[in-house]
Amino acid sequence: MGREEFLFLLTGLKWTVALSAVAFVCGCVAGLMVALLRTSGVAIIERLTAGYIAVFQGTPLLMQLFVVYYGLALIGIQMDAWAAVSVGLTLHASAFLGEIWRGSIEAVPRGQTEAAKALSLGYVSRMKDVVLPQAIRISLPATVGFLVQLIKGTSLASIVGFTELTRAGNIISNQIFQPLTVFGIVGALYFLMCCPLTIYGAHLERKFLTASR
Amino acid sequence: MSQVRTSDNSIEPMISLSGVGKWYGAFQALDSINMSVAKGEKIVLCGPSGSGKSTLIRCINHLEAYQKGDIHVGGIRLGHGSKVIDAVRREVGMVFQQFNLFPHLTVLQNCMLAPMRTLGLNKPQAEGRARTLLERVKISEQAEKYPAQLSGGQQQRVAIARALCMRPKAMLFDEPTSALDPEMVKEVLDTMIALAEEGMTMICVTHEMGFARQVADRIVFMASGVIVEEAPPAEFFSNPKHERTRKFLGEVLGRH
Amino acid sequence: MNYTLDFTPVIDGLPNLLWACLGTFTLAISGMLLAIVIGIGGVILRQSRVKLLRWLVIGFVELIRNTPFLVQIFFIYFALPLAGIRLDPTPTAIIALGINGGAYAIEIIRGGVQSISKGQTEAGLALGLHKAQVFRLIILKPALRTIYPSLTSQFILLTLTTSIASAISAYELTSVSQRIESDSFRSFEVYFTVTVFYLVISWVMMRIFAFFSARYFSYPLR
Repeated sequence: MGREEFLFLLTGLKWTVALSAVAFVCGCVAGLMVALLRTSGVAIIERLTAGYIAVFQGTPLLMQLFVVYYGLALIGIQMDAWAAVSVGLTLHASAFLGEIWRGSIEAVPRGQTEAAKALSLGYVSRMKDVVLPQAIRISLPATVGFLVQLIKGTSLASIVGFTELTRAGNIISNQIFQPLTVFGIVGALYFLMCCPLTIYGAHLERKFLTASR
Repeated sequence: MSQVRTSDNSIEPMISLSGVGKWYGAFQALDSINMSVAKGEKIVLCGPSGSGKSTLIRCINHLEAYQKGDIHVGGIRLGHGSKVIDAVRREVGMVFQQFNLFPHLTVLQNCMLAPMRTLGLNKPQAEGRARTLLERVKISEQAEKYPAQLSGGQQQRVAIARALCMRPKAMLFDEPTSALDPEMVKEVLDTMIALAEEGMTMICVTHEMGFARQVADRIVFMASGVIVEEAPPAEFFSNPKHERTRKFLGEVLGRH
Repeated sequence: MNYTLDFTPVIDGLPNLLWACLGTFTLAISGMLLAIVIGIGGVILRQSRVKLLRWLVIGFVELIRNTPFLVQIFFIYFALPLAGIRLDPTPTAIIALGINGGAYAIEIIRGGVQSISKGQTEAGLALGLHKAQVFRLIILKPALRTIYPSLTSQFILLTLTTSIASAISAYELTSVSQRIESDSFRSFEVYFTVTVFYLVISWVMMRIFAFFSARYFSYPLR
């Protein structure tokens, strides 16, 4: 494999990073909404959000990307593969992050909410100043763990036709007929992105365990 | 099998240790321990934490391996072969600090498991035996419950019944009341006193000096892996010979 | 918006899709079984006295957990023939799923074994039970109970991951739906229906797992 081909893989890598970043950032914003709705205390809203989460956790990411990709076109929104995949991954991330953060919000002791209410803090302040700062700390290891899942998940964009790292690998592999070398390098590039995050997540988890002892 | 049967002479000790030594790496946990326990004798083993008293009784049923010396239990020489070890474990019951009941089995099943699996009792026999012994520790009405549904004191009494279901010749108690809430200590000690009055051979690691005074034939005091002093309770409490014993008694009895 | 939904191709393809669900179940169940075997074997090797073996297992687990399944399945798909092993796409997919699930199973099972306190083993030994009896009668059930939730949710993930096996044309729901889609161009209708199928499949799986859990792990913990 020559310099040319390797540079093409790096271009794919760039898109993988961009896709992961967009999906993660947008997913965080949407996921926060999901988590807040899921813990809103209004039964109907909680049920609906729980259903939303269950659908994304009970179906393959690949199908989610297909449905969003073709569904958007259906309702008349013309988008290129890049935008459609970003939307799909964002929705996917919002459901998973929403569920992670719901767990963390519920893990904050009830007494905290009660104390905030006793101090006559409103919902916004109660969440923003009291509950969420503690919940975020609790959720950090799982959130980092999900980011790794998301980075790996972006590889499915290749099946929808977006040229990120895995599809770049497919293209090169078909050109030079050295699939093992190509996918070995592609795998190594994913590993270099994900492994530091995995280690960081494990570190956070240990830190949290010792702190809560 | 290196099993030496000796005549059933009452002078022959039920449990004897000679020159037992144990190391954890470079750290010596037990140093040439000699001890002999006659049939029906009750020994209380005490000493500061880390003195090796738990290690000592855990060597007697080979939960801990030892590197030096000999241990005889009920006429069997405890070697390192698994058959001899199993034979000794069938003869000696053990009660743990943390109860160690099996959470997935009911109280009754906890008591029936080993008699059926190692003594070959059939189900009605094992159940009959279990119910009798649960009766004896005054907990028969809890037989169908799971361990998690009982209080700590009740769990420990079940653990005693479970050990007795093997019809052991001797019982080892490893700090049986240390993990209990204060109000539950008495019910467990009462069970142990009743057992002692029936003539069971017992070795108890415990800090309950009241129990020691009432039940023990001899108190053995250990520190840093050696037996410092042993004496009948009256003598042990009124006239301790070693400085370390005096210091220890001062701490546990609260006389400063 | 002047598009009318047309589910006719989906209805025509229904028998094929239902058979394909069976293919997905087959992939998932075989993958799980292989994952359990790899998981148990991995845990035993992970506790080996040979340092090299321990590090090989750690390396394997991290390699699998930090790369996408799609890349793994491509790699295995191309590597097997080079190793002289010629297999159809479906068995190849099962191997890939088993290897992927196995890496996660190693971590989960290891946690379960570690969660059982040493006192349980000692109590069993003190009653004169053999090591094998202690494992079978005392350790196994509580350990399984501890890992059951994480192991089964990992298996649901593995079931959903089978859809990626369509990338090498293994016989399962996604590849069959892609064929119907490319014949009919009714993309949304096909994929929407198949998504519902997957939802039902993972729901059924969860019910099965919950059934076993209620049956075998109902003793109280505190």
